[in-house]
Amino acid sequence: MLNQTITDNEGVKRYLITLNVNGDTHTVLVKGNAILANVLRDELNLTGTKKGCELGDCGSCTVLLEGKPVDSCMVLAMEADGREITTIEGVAVNSKLDAVQEAMLNYTAVQCGYCTPGMVLSAKALLTRNPHPTEPEVREAISGNLCRCTGYVHIVEAVMAASEGRLVPEDYKSSKAEGESA
Amino acid sequence: MSSERKDEYKVIGHSVPRIDGPEKVTGAAKYTLDLKFPNMLYGKILTSPHAHARIISIDTSEAEALPGVKAVITHEHVPTLKYGLSPARWDENIFCSDKVRFVGDKVAAVACLDESTCYKALKLIKVEYEVLPAVLDFTTAMDEGQPLVHEEYERNINTEIHQEFGDVDKAFAEAYHVRTDTFIGQRTYQCPIEPHTAISMWDNNKLTVYSSTQSPHYFQYYIAREFGLDMGDVRIIKPFVGGGFGGKLEPTGLEFAGAVLAKRTSRPVRMFYDRAEMFAHNRGRHAQQMEITSGVDKNGKILVIHANFKMDGGAYTSLGIASAYYAGALLPMTYEFDNYKFDMYRAYTNLPACGAQRGHGAPQPKYAFESHLDNVAKDLGIDPMDIRILNARRENTETPNNFKVNSCHMRECLEKVREMSDWDEKKKHKIPGRGVGVSTGSFVTGAGYPIYRTDLPHSSAFIRINEDGTAATLYTGAVEIGQGSDTVLCQMAAEAMGYRYEHMKIIAADTEITPMDLGAYASRQTYMSGTAVKMAGEEIKKQIIEMASAMLSLPVSDLDCDDGIVFSLSREGKALTFEEVARKHFVLKGPLLGKGVYTPPKLGGTFKGAPVGTSPAYSFGAQVGEVQIDEETGQIDVLGIWDAHDCGKVINPRLLHGQVHGALFMGMGESCWEEVRYDDKGKIINPELANYLFLTAMDMPPIESEVLDTYEPTGPWGAKEVGEGATNPTLGMFSNAIFDAMGVRVNSLPLTYEKVWRALKEKRELEEAEKNKKS
Repeated sequence: MLNQTITDNEGVKRYLITLNVNGDTHTVLVKGNAILANVLRDELNLTGTKKGCELGDCGSCTVLLEGKPVDSCMVLAMEADGREITTIEGVAVNSKLDAVQEAMLNYTAVQCGYCTPGMVLSAKALLTRNPHPTEPEVREAISGNLCRCTGYVHIVEAVMAASEGRLVPEDYKSSKAEGESA
Repeated sequence: MSSERKDEYKVIGHSVPRIDGPEKVTGAAKYTLDLKFPNMLYGKILTSPHAHARIISIDTSEAEALPGVKAVITHEHVPTLKYGLSPARWDENIFCSDKVRFVGDKVAAVACLDESTCYKALKLIKVEYEVLPAVLDFTTAMDEGQPLVHEEYERNINTEIHQEFGDVDKAFAEAYHVRTDTFIGQRTYQCPIEPHTAISMWDNNKLTVYSSTQSPHYFQYYIAREFGLDMGDVRIIKPFVGGGFGGKLEPTGLEFAGAVLAKRTSRPVRMFYDRAEMFAHNRGRHAQQMEITSGVDKNGKILVIHANFKMDGGAYTSLGIASAYYAGALLPMTYEFDNYKFDMYRAYTNLPACGAQRGHGAPQPKYAFESHLDNVAKDLGIDPMDIRILNARRENTETPNNFKVNSCHMRECLEKVREMSDWDEKKKHKIPGRGVGVSTGSFVTGAGYPIYRTDLPHSSAFIRINEDGTAATLYTGAVEIGQGSDTVLCQMAAEAMGYRYEHMKIIAADTEITPMDLGAYASRQTYMSGTAVKMAGEEIKKQIIEMASAMLSLPVSDLDCDDGIVFSLSREGKALTFEEVARKHFVLKGPLLGKGVYTPPKLGGTFKGAPVGTSPAYSFGAQVGEVQIDEETGQIDVLGIWDAHDCGKVINPRLLHGQVHGALFMGMGESCWEEVRYDDKGKIINPELANYLFLTAMDMPPIESEVLDTYEPTGPWGAKEVGEGATNPTLGMFSNAIFDAMGVRVNSLPLTYEKVWRALKEKRELEEAEKNKKS
């Protein structure tokens, strides 16, 4: 299908594309060289998709394109036209966290949080295609997501726990849980 | 300060979930780069392509004429006052006027309607340079006849230190064994994943800056100073920050140029550094040449140390004077000896400026010292673990450079990692190509003195209880950058009030709303901010108990408050909820507020540089690592790492272990992989994450970290630091494990596979030559 285009006074062409993001359909006008990460952040205000390098190295801008994790700084918005995109904002449904998010929270797998959205999406994609991965499989799946804070120790632990349905660690003790039992 | 000590607490000591966790896992957390304001412009800085050049002319006319360009500024449009972080050496300008001093030095800036126009505009600024010879090697930078980076600093000497404690000459004369080794450390960069960003805006003469900062207070101070503003007219707001590790401690061109662009356009201006610009701004770890000489007795007891160092400062001082002092100041921490000499020269070079990276100044000297100590142990035929246990510092001692150590479990940390790693068994049954190494570390729990001279307290806090008592808001200037301070401080506030963590809210790091705190550096917040928060919480608790006393007609001495319940100590069942007492307080007396403040006691000696390295408390730790070396390729496989720490009372175990993991991960990268490399023109070869190699999840080895049950008498509930100290042992530990595995020492960081392979090759060639000579 050919996109509708308009050309401005300087001769720059813009394309009308449709992005299906987290189940919502958005019609946006983009230049041919517009980067998906920028369109998500600047046009749709989905700033949970982070920018860390704009070179496809850090994985902070990971989104799911048709369920597969991609660095959205390496994808043209045009390439995503008509395809299904999941960003971090679409992972929790009606305030209910995904198992990966829940485990990341409970296992303290988050520090500065800048890599977290990309990490969650890479892990979620893994668990969707392989619900019971081995630890090396988890490490491989998130190896494109760089984290500078955690040494990945709690992240790997959380993803393994999520795959095994152990969303609450043994040493977890919120004051709420204690108060309720008292 | 409280000296009460309990084994179990309701809120502290537990791994409660992070208070900022839900926003972070759902992508709702807004970092500075995620913020937009109406009418906002985008700004970029033009930087120098040359390491050292005279500016002949700058022509901005074409850039100004480009549609969408709203302002173009150069040195002509900004204050000429020099700035920096170490007050003794303010040497940086917002823009260069006479010459540029490194590839990436700031020359001009633009503000435009969008980012792509910025890049077009930067290309249209014409700068004519006269290229000058550059100083790129810090080991020769201070030789006679070298070009000068700054004309006013002869022989490119930025900092010169000569300290001597005890009787060094006598101790060397009496020593049984004297040995000298020289090691080289490399330039590394903090590499937070979030790029530096600042958004500046003016309201008449008041400047507001949103910034990815580790210290709103120092930003406020230095920005106000630069523009001649009252501190009260500068508001710094820290949104979520994506890691700092020392790299976001001082204002950058983004804040300084951004403020000027915002003023000239009367519009908010957002500026950020891309990854390569982050590398150029740097403020990462200094490269160092470290010569260490020790004198020991025949049992391996250290009698004297002489540390003779040079460091590569780069083009500007940043916090580098402190880094230079720290390099020597913290060397005598983990082992006891009385005689110590420290010489240091920090050189100016035409490379990016270095500053404070996690473990500030200490990790590389520690690598040198720990490697040297293993060499000494080998000379004397002593087990590396035994020589460390023999020399380990004890509690209630003082270092030769006058640092008072209260709690210290250095020896127990070593014994713990010995047991955890099965050290003795591994030493007894050696497997070819495999080796174990041990190393120690220590770090300040907050600096004893602020960066600029002031008598302001280091931390302060207040707590406001909601009218109906159902929530408490902690206001603190402390700075959450990922380490978990918001969570830990809320735990401490709840514990001190006798309240519950899940009712805590926090407003932090906004200089107009929150009380002053020096920020996230020197591993200071749990202890210093925590002490202020504890005091604020105790003030609330006192008022709650007084109010409950009136409500229950019981004496104050008969009441306590814990976990949200105010109860009688003598009569069972006589109790009120925190909420109802707090509500009553509001009805009868108005807002229920508590405030707290922390200033460290006067610390340290009287010699020049004595304040650097002072701290109210020190952490201690030991690490053992086991490696397997592939003799054909030099590849290093890490089989395991064991860490034991003495960091006082643990407020949140999972957050604490996360700090150890992260510090170890950074230390591992610095040990074997990470290095910022430059070409012969002073240009960075690898300013991107594909080529500046830090560990991915696949590279990270198994780690076991344990915390000793220790108590610091001066700390809040007995707490001290962990975040930076855990980086200190790692480099030396790797060096020693590799040494043990292959019997030869690599004397420079990073300990790359290639260097290991070359060392093995040389060893083989030497052995063959020996064999041939014999036959």
